[in-house]
Amino acid sequence: MIAPVSEDAVLITLAHAIDDTLPTRLCRLAQSIRDKEFPWLIDLVSSYTTMLVIYDPLSVDYRAVIARLRAIIDAEMSAPGPDQNIVGDLVELPVYYSDESGPDLAELAADTGLDAEEVIRRHTALEYRVHALGFAPGFAFMGEVDPSIARPRKQTPRTRVPAGSVGIANRQTAVYPQASPGGWQIIGRCPTPLFDPQTLSLLKVGDRVRFRAINRDDFLAAGGQLTGVGAS
Amino acid sequence: MSGLDVISPGALSTIQDAGRQGYRHHGLAQGGALDLRSYTWANKLLDNPRNAACLEMVLGGFHAVARGNLQIALTGAEAPVRLNGRPVPLWQTQNLTDGDELVIGYSSSHRLIYLAMAGGLDAPECFGSRSVVVREYIAGQGSVTTGDRLVALEDGHQQPIRSVPLQHRLAPDTETRLRLIPGYQYRDFHPNDMQRLTTSVYRVSDLSDRMGFRLNGPAMSSPPSGIISEGIANGALQIPGDGLPIVLLNDCQTIGGYPKPGVVPTLDCGALAQQLPGAQVRFELTDIATVQNERRLFERHYQCTRWRSCGQSLEWQ
Repeated sequence: MIAPVSEDAVLITLAHAIDDTLPTRLCRLAQSIRDKEFPWLIDLVSSYTTMLVIYDPLSVDYRAVIARLRAIIDAEMSAPGPDQNIVGDLVELPVYYSDESGPDLAELAADTGLDAEEVIRRHTALEYRVHALGFAPGFAFMGEVDPSIARPRKQTPRTRVPAGSVGIANRQTAVYPQASPGGWQIIGRCPTPLFDPQTLSLLKVGDRVRFRAINRDDFLAAGGQLTGVGAS
Repeated sequence: MSGLDVISPGALSTIQDAGRQGYRHHGLAQGGALDLRSYTWANKLLDNPRNAACLEMVLGGFHAVARGNLQIALTGAEAPVRLNGRPVPLWQTQNLTDGDELVIGYSSSHRLIYLAMAGGLDAPECFGSRSVVVREYIAGQGSVTTGDRLVALEDGHQQPIRSVPLQHRLAPDTETRLRLIPGYQYRDFHPNDMQRLTTSVYRVSDLSDRMGFRLNGPAMSSPPSGIISEGIANGALQIPGDGLPIVLLNDCQTIGGYPKPGVVPTLDCGALAQQLPGAQVRFELTDIATVQNERRLFERHYQCTRWRSCGQSLEWQ
């Protein structure tokens, strides 16, 4: 479905429920649209099941945009590309899981009836897909974590979560690229910058992410900062 | 380099141009001047490039001293402006010479004042734009502060005084009309709620900023619960759980999960962004074709008219 949204955007909806194949489909669709080099194309914002296509309304009409996009989607449907799993980069993110870097780790472990070691093992055992990017520059919504470690957001969000914090919210996981207010359950901290004004977001929709547990020394050696909640 | 040395930036002054284009998929807000009409006219007065950067001031309270000779233009909210103690009008160009003192008081009718400089305001470019989004805490992306120098890209530029034709200026208004392009989620709302939305008067809440304007008035009785987060268009009308509408503006988040019955056109968002807390607004339905035509006419007017020698007259080329 392609629906007109505003004077400069239309929305493509690929599905009505979240599933694991959508990030790669969105990734491939974005590539197909960008390959056409439409002079009116400004941006493609993928998120879970949809893609917002932003265009220049001074050079094209919304009907023409929808017709062009429909042709691309139809072509994709009739000729599915190669193995979906090879789409998207694989990115490994080191994480220092601990009470000092992950203030909710102990409580989340207690809630789940697992010990902290087992929570860490389960968080690092799976490969996650980036389903959406937003909330803040470089903030990637990844899924899905093992149901046994899924926990809802905190009732009262923190006013400041340090940059690099690794969190869980229901079956989603993410790294806070900058210090910001946030309500996710924080279980560790990642020293890798997720957003840089020069190179922009490290992750994009469709990428695969694997977390790797590191110790305190490796975290500090990689440039990680151990300022607590309430500091930057 | 001619420019202005800032003695007081006022309540909140940021550098804005037409915004960052093509960076939303990195989670970066678009940013850019909120009131497209006033921003555009400030640049038009000086024959600046279409996307030249201006200073966007909230309410006013700005005080600066000229360094070198320069030409500026002021548009937007009506506020008392004094140049070396002498009152000067908005919506026109001003020639400043070295040492001139510019003092802008506070507006009591509207919210945003735009200050343009000949050639555009020089500032570092980031993400293809000079616009600043303060809430993202990106290094170098802050509001203007005391001691900053605002530099004009064209030195010593002086021209005859021009002023914006009266019909294009921000008019005193008792009620702002916000048109709404209904979207695909419109039919997910209860018909009574959509009738309530388009027949009631809403008032601008004081919880309004560059991310969005909250409106007080009759709440939607049964807004749909959340949707799967999706990309947000500029001007999206978001209805959170409390049923009170929020019009999302240039600095809003890039994706979100609240339902949205439609989108307010960019030019109408500008009219809304000019309103003070308590101001009355009313929604009415429109369609995309109408809005796109109007937007193209607006741009054509900018591109295809030129000033006669001085005064208020423009002619089509």
